[in-house]
Amino acid sequence: MSDISTINLFDSDVSAEEANRRMALLKRESLDKPVLLVGAGTCGLGAGANATIRAAKEYLETNKIDADIVRVGCIGLCVIEPLLDVQLPGKSRLSLKQVTEDKVASLLEPVLAGKLPEEQDHIFGQFRPTGDQSAWEGAPYLDELPFFKTQTRFVLANCGVIDPTSIEEYIAHGGYQAAAKALAMSREDLCEEVEKSGLRGRGGGGFPAGVKWKLANKTQSDQKYLVCNADEGDPGAYMDRAVIEGDPHRLLEGMIIASHAIGADKAYIYIRAEYPLAIERLVIAIDECKKRNLLGDNILGSDFSLKIVIKKGAGAFVCGEETALLHSIEGKRGEPRPRPPFPAQSGAFGKPTIINNVETLANLPSIIERGAGWFASVGTETSKGTKVFALSGKIRLTGLVEVAMGTSLRQIIFDIGGGIPNDRKIKGVQIGGPSGGCVPEEKLDIEIDYESLKTVGAMMGSGGMVVMDEDNCMVDVAKFFMDFIQRESCGKCVPCRIGTKRMLQILEKICAGEYKAADLDMVMGKLEKQAKVTGVASLCALGQTAPNPVLSTLRWFKHEYIEHIGEGKCRSKVCRSLLTFEIDPETCTGCGLCKKKCPSDAITGEKKKAHTINAGLCIHCGFCLDTCAFDAVKAF
Amino acid sequence: MDGIENVLSRFSDAGPDSLIPILQDVQEDQGFLSPDSLAQIGEHLGISTSAVYGVATFYNQFRFHPLGKYPITICRGTACHVKGSSTILEALKTELEIEPGQTTEDGLFSIEIVACIGACGLAPVILIGDETYAAMTPSKARKLINKYRKRAKS
Repeated sequence: MSDISTINLFDSDVSAEEANRRMALLKRESLDKPVLLVGAGTCGLGAGANATIRAAKEYLETNKIDADIVRVGCIGLCVIEPLLDVQLPGKSRLSLKQVTEDKVASLLEPVLAGKLPEEQDHIFGQFRPTGDQSAWEGAPYLDELPFFKTQTRFVLANCGVIDPTSIEEYIAHGGYQAAAKALAMSREDLCEEVEKSGLRGRGGGGFPAGVKWKLANKTQSDQKYLVCNADEGDPGAYMDRAVIEGDPHRLLEGMIIASHAIGADKAYIYIRAEYPLAIERLVIAIDECKKRNLLGDNILGSDFSLKIVIKKGAGAFVCGEETALLHSIEGKRGEPRPRPPFPAQSGAFGKPTIINNVETLANLPSIIERGAGWFASVGTETSKGTKVFALSGKIRLTGLVEVAMGTSLRQIIFDIGGGIPNDRKIKGVQIGGPSGGCVPEEKLDIEIDYESLKTVGAMMGSGGMVVMDEDNCMVDVAKFFMDFIQRESCGKCVPCRIGTKRMLQILEKICAGEYKAADLDMVMGKLEKQAKVTGVASLCALGQTAPNPVLSTLRWFKHEYIEHIGEGKCRSKVCRSLLTFEIDPETCTGCGLCKKKCPSDAITGEKKKAHTINAGLCIHCGFCLDTCAFDAVKAF
Repeated sequence: MDGIENVLSRFSDAGPDSLIPILQDVQEDQGFLSPDSLAQIGEHLGISTSAVYGVATFYNQFRFHPLGKYPITICRGTACHVKGSSTILEALKTELEIEPGQTTEDGLFSIEIVACIGACGLAPVILIGDETYAAMTPSKARKLINKYRKRAKS
């Protein structure tokens, strides 16, 4: 093994003093002018970050203030965006929330003058002061806020903090030191270290990464590949997108480490075409790496070379499955094939290929830098480290959270996520996307790890966590997932193609009220049998896990199925065919809008007088309910 | 040189593994994949048109008809669903009198369903062109359509 050159940020003729000064600037420990940092991930942009940036630029120009504007990734709290952080020389970084364009001027004026704004609602908090900084008096520290307090952020450490387009900032924050360390290690030692750390695949399966690598390492071949699976297709999951948008170099560093460990000199990133911003950030990051000899030939003077190619997925959920993904990279229909041979023996273009998920790879730099023992000290007996979850649905603080394995679902939802809005009661939480399951309220105290989730009929999956309250119908939720899965079933194997369609048809008939009370046992029996057969007989993980939403709702929310079929009732008022609509004569203003919108002319009434619905003509579409601006339409 | 040849020239000595990137670039250039372009791509790569069509129809990203002037993308991910995206889809369908995957007769609007945009924190979400609209309701969606109709007239 040749000598690995150290990573130098500055040319050798830069004096030590100057290097320190520039380093402090890159780490933002010591500034020479104010910096504004705007959360400009996809979520931030959706909330209007571009308009905020435009307004901030205008403000700086009009007031002739010399300050930098930096676009950062998502810090994880999507619900309070747009986020605008201000850091003044000698002061800690202050974070302002919900800074829409109209708020920019009134918030920047006091803050740039070193005073907290009077609009307290917009103060999110401040970072801990470092270097020569002093704290803001009266602003809470971010790490003391409930949202951050219980989190353990390894993978997300830089997200929303550093400039994702600057390799210098990543290096200044300790980046690429682990890659240099890994390059000096033998492949065997590297595989051993990762196996010892206990890191398991974060894409869903939970297979130990080090064990998988060893398999590829043992296979002799002239060419091996590493594939990063960034085809984050689970509806309700967006952590991979956030990591790539906010800290792309962490992923690339992980890929360098993994490629070296298996001896691959070519790697692919298979990423959804629906993530244009993430792709843009990756292109920049790869370019920067090439300039600094962190990618390309003889990386850092070692005998290891690596080329990374971005492959844009074309929208097929099944391509999250390893063998389907490989077919897609080869330019074919993304259909899975039976295993063995496993991709580690024969993968892309018939060569040994290791496929790792974004989060798995993003964990590697810290593991190599701080050691397997450190990583293994966090988490539970069988699941080490942390997991990033995408919290969404009926929860106050939607966003990205990273917690140590073993944290309970209740802690995540109530302590970090702030609980359920609008005084509603939680019904359950759907974990792991369409392949996962619904965990009911009474099981929220389980400690999250790969095994415990399986005991309640769910799975880790990629980490989507959708919270449901009493307004969500669990039969409808099962129908929603089955509709998704049967559309995404590739059609190659019969059990999945027909099985998912049959389950969907049964669920549709239940929600449409087409079964009678006498059908109850027959319907439930059929649905359960169909679910089991599909799970056992399907070719790939998509079909094998497709019945999970049905099986888990049948297990924990059977009473809702019984109510739908046996009593023709949907307690959550979601299945409209089972509802009766009435207009409350007291609240109705007689505006006539519902009458206009009713497609079956079931609503009658004179202008400015209370209207009525003719139950015989009503087709239960619910348009009147959606249209009424006065909440006069009631559903029973 | 017309658009498709221009795209194909960027893949001058590409093999069949470049089929998907080529389809993506051609669609970006032309807005959709016409029967002629599928045939041309096949010829370029030395694979049959039916094989090209087989791959193109497998993936959700590819379209075989032009999009509307204001293409509407509605997110039907889980987070959007539990916050009522199905009622928004219904509202769009009745307002525009088209189904997902179709374009209105006047060529103004088309509806596409996407599994998840990844902006779950802003659910339910629709996109019109590149513009994101968060926390939608059926009535907000209808108002938005009317806004775009007016914009098209002026």
